[in-house]
Amino acid sequence: MSNALMRHVISATVQNVPGVLSHISGMLASRGYNIDSLAVGETEDPNLSRMTFVVMGDDNILEQVGKQLEKIVTVVKVKNISSSDYVERDLMLIKVSAQPGPQRSEIRELSDIFRAQIVDVSHENVLIEISGKENKINAFIEAMREYGIVELVRTGRIAMTRGNGLIKELVEEPVAQN
Amino acid sequence: MSTSESVENATWLSGADILVKSLVDHGVDVVFAYPGGCSMPLHQALTRYESKLRTILPRHEQGGCFAAQGYARTTGKPGVAMATSGPGATNLVTAIADAKLDSIPLIAITGQVPTKVIGSDAFQETPIVEVCRGITKHHYLVTDIRDVPRVVKEAFHIATTGRPGPVLIDMPKDVQMDDLLVDWDPPMNLPGYFVDERFAQPEQIKQIAAAIKLAKRPLVYAGGGVIAAEASDVLRAFVEKTGIPTTMTVMGLGAFPADDPLCMDMLGMHGSAYANYAIRDCDLLLALGVRFDDRVTGKLEEFAKHAKIVHIDIDASELNKNKPAHIPVVSDVKFALTELNKIVTPPEDISEWVGQCQGWKKEVPFSYDKKFDGILQQHAVDVLSEITAERDTIISVGVGQHQMWAAQFYKFNKPRTWLSSSGLGTMGFGLPAAMGAQAANPNSLVIDIDGDGSFQMNIQELATCFCEKLPVKVLLLNNQHLGMVVQWEDRFMDSNRAHTYLGPIDDPEARGKGETTAHTYSSKRYPDFVGIAKGYGCGASSVSKRADLKDALLEMIDYDGPYLLDVEVPYQEHVLPMIPSGMTVNEMILE
Repeated sequence: MSNALMRHVISATVQNVPGVLSHISGMLASRGYNIDSLAVGETEDPNLSRMTFVVMGDDNILEQVGKQLEKIVTVVKVKNISSSDYVERDLMLIKVSAQPGPQRSEIRELSDIFRAQIVDVSHENVLIEISGKENKINAFIEAMREYGIVELVRTGRIAMTRGNGLIKELVEEPVAQN
Repeated sequence: MSTSESVENATWLSGADILVKSLVDHGVDVVFAYPGGCSMPLHQALTRYESKLRTILPRHEQGGCFAAQGYARTTGKPGVAMATSGPGATNLVTAIADAKLDSIPLIAITGQVPTKVIGSDAFQETPIVEVCRGITKHHYLVTDIRDVPRVVKEAFHIATTGRPGPVLIDMPKDVQMDDLLVDWDPPMNLPGYFVDERFAQPEQIKQIAAAIKLAKRPLVYAGGGVIAAEASDVLRAFVEKTGIPTTMTVMGLGAFPADDPLCMDMLGMHGSAYANYAIRDCDLLLALGVRFDDRVTGKLEEFAKHAKIVHIDIDASELNKNKPAHIPVVSDVKFALTELNKIVTPPEDISEWVGQCQGWKKEVPFSYDKKFDGILQQHAVDVLSEITAERDTIISVGVGQHQMWAAQFYKFNKPRTWLSSSGLGTMGFGLPAAMGAQAANPNSLVIDIDGDGSFQMNIQELATCFCEKLPVKVLLLNNQHLGMVVQWEDRFMDSNRAHTYLGPIDDPEARGKGETTAHTYSSKRYPDFVGIAKGYGCGASSVSKRADLKDALLEMIDYDGPYLLDVEVPYQEHVLPMIPSGMTVNEMILE
């Protein structure tokens, strides 16, 4: 086992019931695990939600995080996908201060380079939408800093394995009856 | 929805009736329930099923919930406790957390304010599901009457399968009063709950058998999981077959008989010196249904340092949690031992090792000053153990010194006869747990060995014992102090008394400046426990002389009804051996 602190992306399929997010975040907090990012949303099956966690930790911590998550009754499946080939994205909306003038063109050019989109323009600022991997988003934030970031909001990381590997591998068989 | 005119009137039931009938259908025969505004419909329903389901009214919700635990710990069936919303519900919290840490199957049912006012800070509203998330195995807030039969079915399934634990069902009053045409056997909806995969694989069994064959100094370390799995018999068969010495955790006592020559008794902080020596020197540790708790291991790196570790537990998250195992096995421990018994052969030659273990047992037994002419706590337990050995006896305890002495000196030969709040360490556990055990086992002799600190945390349950005709006996080892804390003050804090004396604060003893010696400790005693017990209607007496002890105990045992025996004992005694927190067997204090 490695004791090195590594960044892991964990994907969990959970029952879409009230309180499940609170239960999971409470468990992680009370056991002292460090979560860098947590994103949650409904899946193609309205009974299930997908949660994506980014966890920093060594192999021991990771093993415990996985097992403790699996113990929660409403958690259906847990998978550490960072060992497989996967795509990871983060979506950000960022409002940058931009008076009409040359600054606006600069921001537009930078947005183009980062494949970001300006989705709203007002007299004082522009609202930009960008998605990508964490380091790209961070780089864009740095690029925007000198113009003045008014506010920003991020979804947290979401991820999915490439090709035929499915995260869900859903319920193989019905749960044991009594 | 009005149902009175329905032609199928008989099959329409209120939410409260559905819940109570579901309890009956799941084999529940006793509930411990304290009513209040938001649980009144449930209690009304309980009266309609009283021929099948006994309702015991505790005098505090916590007492009711510990009684439910006493029921569960002695029978293996889930205990059921019920309380109203708000303070009723929060009073259950400690006992729920206790059941979680000791893996006790428990169904806690709480009334809740009506759904339309949830979240409005209504009278007696608490978000009890939020409060209990981290201390239950699972929890439900039932907002639709149609969910009731499924929720109850799932709750029993979850509480009793896999690693057992507490499940909370929070039921708003309007759901209790609503009516429904019931489907009694709805499918469960638990896509994330798997219990059928937890069986050791044949390769793992072979691996364990091979390790046993090669071992020179093997040792079994058995815990509560053996009792929860009803695996005591197969454990005995395994030890008989292999001749391996066996030690137990506090939760495991009774899993292996104390009178067997291979029994090494309890290990850990206040375990036997011989068990801890055996742990230090063993080369194969068979850890069965245990979790390498800090009170067992002390310093983790040094615990069973030279041993290959086989760890069998039904909860995968226990494996490699505190101590990495060489052979980790996720399995029901009964299944694994049964399979192992089919193929295991004894280790080649462990006679020298067994001789060593039994030698230690003779050299450093649990001991106390047998010349003391008053009554020492250890002596009281020793005598009790002797005179109840031939009877069907169940022992419960509070938490502290008396608990450890009971664990050390009472000889447990059967599982489910020893009830101790072991993981959470909840004072006040003893009396209500005994009460629940007595309700479940009306023909057993149920004795709460308690301390005067612990006892006063749920002393009100004497009323329940009397009024519900539960003839629980209380052996009160009364030293006027919080003995375990006093012991730590003596050992680690220069005997500075910090709120550990239980008498009036103007007594010099409160500051540790009394004139008392081990003989004069009892000149001023507070409170009058005999008077209190009699006030509740129980039999009671007091004893202080060694010569009177046995007769006093016999009188207690033979009394027809609940009884309290107040035993005057010194507070200067320490529980030994002791391995100080986080240390190793090398730092074990023997005197």
